[in-house]
Amino acid sequence: MSNEVLISLILILPLLVAGAVYIFNSIPDVREASTLAGAGGLFILCLIMASRVAAGQDVAFPGMDTNGFEVALGLSFHFKLEPLGAMFAVIASGLWILNSLYSIGYMRGNRERNQTRFYMCFGIAIFGAMGVAMSGNLFTLFVFYEVLTLSTYPLVAHKGDENARRGARIYLLTLLGTSIGLLLMGVVWTFAIAGSLDFVDGGLLAGKVGPWIGGVLLLLFAFGVGKAALMPFHFWLPNAMVAPTPVSALLHAVAVVKAGVFTILKVSVYIFGLDLLSALPMTEVILWVGCFTIVVASLIALTKDNLKARLAYSTVSQLSYVTVGAMLANTAGATGAGLQIAMHAMAKITLFMCAGAIYVATGKTEISQMRGLGQKMPIVFICFLIASLSIIGVPPLGGAWAKYELMQGAIDADRIYVVVVLIASTLLNVAYLLPIAILGLMPPNPGSVEVASFKRAGGAPALTVIPLAITATGCFVLFFGVNVISDFISPVFGVAP
Amino acid sequence: MPFDLISMLPEGMIRHLPVLIPVVPMLLSPIAAAMPNWRAAWAVVLAGIVFSGICAFGLIDLVFGGHAAAGLPLQEFAKITDADGTLIGVRYALGGWAPPLGIEFVVDKMNAPVLLLVTLIGTLATIFAMPTMVREIPVAKRSLFLSAYVLCVAGLLGVAVTGDAFNLFVFLEISSISTYVLVALGGNQDRRAFTAAFNYLIMGSIGATFYVIGIGFLYAATGTLNMADISARIPELADSRTIHAGFAFIVVGLALKAAVFPLHQWLPNAYAYSPNFVTVFLSATATKVAFYALVRLLFSVFTPELDFAQVMFTWVLAPLAAIAAITCSFQAVFQTDIKRMLAYSSVAQVGYMLLGLSLASELGLSAGLFHMFNHAMMKAALFMAVGGVALSLGSSQLRDFAGVARKAPWTLTALAIAALSLVGVPLTAGFLSKVALFKAALVEGWWWAVVVLAMSSVLAVLYVGRILEASFFRTPGPAQMNVKEAPIMLLVPLWILALANIYFGLDASFITTLTDGAASVAFPGVQP
Repeated sequence: MSNEVLISLILILPLLVAGAVYIFNSIPDVREASTLAGAGGLFILCLIMASRVAAGQDVAFPGMDTNGFEVALGLSFHFKLEPLGAMFAVIASGLWILNSLYSIGYMRGNRERNQTRFYMCFGIAIFGAMGVAMSGNLFTLFVFYEVLTLSTYPLVAHKGDENARRGARIYLLTLLGTSIGLLLMGVVWTFAIAGSLDFVDGGLLAGKVGPWIGGVLLLLFAFGVGKAALMPFHFWLPNAMVAPTPVSALLHAVAVVKAGVFTILKVSVYIFGLDLLSALPMTEVILWVGCFTIVVASLIALTKDNLKARLAYSTVSQLSYVTVGAMLANTAGATGAGLQIAMHAMAKITLFMCAGAIYVATGKTEISQMRGLGQKMPIVFICFLIASLSIIGVPPLGGAWAKYELMQGAIDADRIYVVVVLIASTLLNVAYLLPIAILGLMPPNPGSVEVASFKRAGGAPALTVIPLAITATGCFVLFFGVNVISDFISPVFGVAP
Repeated sequence: MPFDLISMLPEGMIRHLPVLIPVVPMLLSPIAAAMPNWRAAWAVVLAGIVFSGICAFGLIDLVFGGHAAAGLPLQEFAKITDADGTLIGVRYALGGWAPPLGIEFVVDKMNAPVLLLVTLIGTLATIFAMPTMVREIPVAKRSLFLSAYVLCVAGLLGVAVTGDAFNLFVFLEISSISTYVLVALGGNQDRRAFTAAFNYLIMGSIGATFYVIGIGFLYAATGTLNMADISARIPELADSRTIHAGFAFIVVGLALKAAVFPLHQWLPNAYAYSPNFVTVFLSATATKVAFYALVRLLFSVFTPELDFAQVMFTWVLAPLAAIAAITCSFQAVFQTDIKRMLAYSSVAQVGYMLLGLSLASELGLSAGLFHMFNHAMMKAALFMAVGGVALSLGSSQLRDFAGVARKAPWTLTALAIAALSLVGVPLTAGFLSKVALFKAALVEGWWWAVVVLAMSSVLAVLYVGRILEASFFRTPGPAQMNVKEAPIMLLVPLWILALANIYFGLDASFITTLTDGAASVAFPGVQP
């Protein structure tokens, strides 16, 4: 299979899934089977693609030397893989399989309506995520970024009541507003300065902008990528929690938000270049904003009793790790940022799946009502504990490496306050995540009827528990397999001294 | 250009292409009026506009085809060629009377695309007219209605094709007066159409008068009405007060016709209360042709290098464009009637085009015209979709659109595509022209213009979001139960436009070729 065919297939397959879902609207089993088959196929394709990238091949569509498919005005579609994108594609497609299994359990367990629309939009959203991952220039990235925004809007508004519509409206307006109002300006400005939008090793803008213009451009990119949820543009994420939990799990812990920080990382490395970035005074400002977001979002998370809201603020905080890592502008920092994308994805999707499993089994959404629930669903709460520990950064769980590399990067960059922030954030993680698992695993209050209040006699459906057990195991695997990932993405940062 | 239509046309037709374009629809006007059967009148009108469309394609071939000036039967024409002897325009003397005695029609790269726009949109709008007329126009008036419509088309085509400044006024009045009639015909549905038409009549006549006063000044100073001749004599008269006064009158007069802020007050009511078909046609063509006239006068009769023109561009047109893009988008957000909302959006979009124009650069003008074409496509589609729903709903109020997408998914999907194009979402035509405007503004260093466009786009997200949210996500009430999918004759032109919005979002080379060509006419010194 040639590289061109491979890339086209990766793009087309999710759309085919959406089509198949539409066709098999009335046969739910076939409909779900086609989603699963598509997700499995996509994962295999992404693995093949990643292995080719690892082998040092130029995986591009159309070829490496061309300018891509010209649209107009010198803008063109071009797909070109590099390790970061390949990693993102593998993560998103792999977790799509598990999440699809989980969705079946969740959506059926909850008897949700409009399931066909749900699975269709999911397919289109994955199409958007794959496009973002494989984009070879900023224009392509921007287009697929917007595809992702628009295709997830119906998913957020899925319930269709006033609350869901309100959340979805904030979601759409924030993401479209920042991307059209700021990001697009940054893209076109870059285009006007550099005459192209290609991702270039060492940075497209390197040597072309002074500290002022570069600083303004950095502001436009950092805040224009609303999906990275840098404060003050973070509020869409808690509002998006009105969506069904599988959406929150895959999209708002993995595909959408990771597309955001992936964009930040990619712009930092290939548009600015780490050298230019470390020379810009504005980088320091974004670094502060990132640190501020990490701490404040964690503090807000402490105050939330609604489990999904708490997880959402935790995500806001954790996303800024990636931004901070990119803004440290050195190899260790950027590697840490890359690792954080993978590690956080695995842990956070577990946490969300647990939240959904608890909801399906008991209908409970508030943390304070969860005491003792672990008696009847121990696997769910143990997995929740494991994933929490991974987020906190306890070895032998994946999250430890990301935090380690980030701290290393902060020390290399001589930014001690970043180390302090990371430590403070770790303590805050402990404070807002651990009580949930502990509360659940504690014996129920004597005389309480809580345990009797299970909606489903058998606890969470097996289809919701199996995927989250797999991802929780994944958190261990990532700890021991970290070399594979860090070796894979290291060429990206190797160009920076 | 990919098509080689012109070689297929009969020789006699080629010889008279420029004049056939406006004359055929004009002659059909009395014929349509006389037809007792309105369906026959409709067929005649459609045939006439399609014929003009073929002529327009032929002219596009001629001026963009890169033909050597020899080889085609062009004896009747004075040829405009570039340095290599490639034909880039033709001049046609009416009745064989050479200018300055006679009237001259000129077709070059600037107006051939406008002719194409008017005839193509006219064709689609005419098809659209069939089902909507049945509901909105009483039987007795339908033939007359079509007669006024085809006269309006003829007037617009005449404005585009003429090379004579006074003749432009005549055609402008032909199109305007028939437009007042068309708007007033909305009175059968909503009597506010009469005041809207009257308002438009007063404002439009003031605009036309201003224009003709301006032409009078130019005539007094230069002694000619031929645009090319005026243009040749202006540089030596650049300090003349007469010329300055004429310039000011002309700009104000045409700006009124093009609904440039703050001379747009006639537009929202005229669009909101006229029959749906008229709104579709006017929004996509009338202001566009007036905008073309403004471009022609500003760039091809006057030049942007003149001191007083420079002042006009930088200190009058550019600020007005920016104010329009922001305030009218803002007003659009708070409208309760979708047609009015889209009308305010049109004024804002005219601001975008004007912003491109006021950059006074080839890139800027090309971007402004690019946006003009895209805007015609998206607004025509939007008004068609709204009209299609209104056909069975009987209203275009936002609150009445609750959940109509469930009843009329095809109509509303097309509306959604056009609406996304209006916002400037990637993969739609609107995105590319907005990027082109951004780029042109950045090249000139107009950061504030980029900020204005970005803010206006965000406002567009808001008002478009209101329409989409109401029609797709609200629960339909009992009033919406009667909503039906629009008839096929309406869906076909609607979807052609919707798909065009996507097609030109993926490959806009056709439109950019046209608009780059048009801009190159305005800046003849610069080789592309």
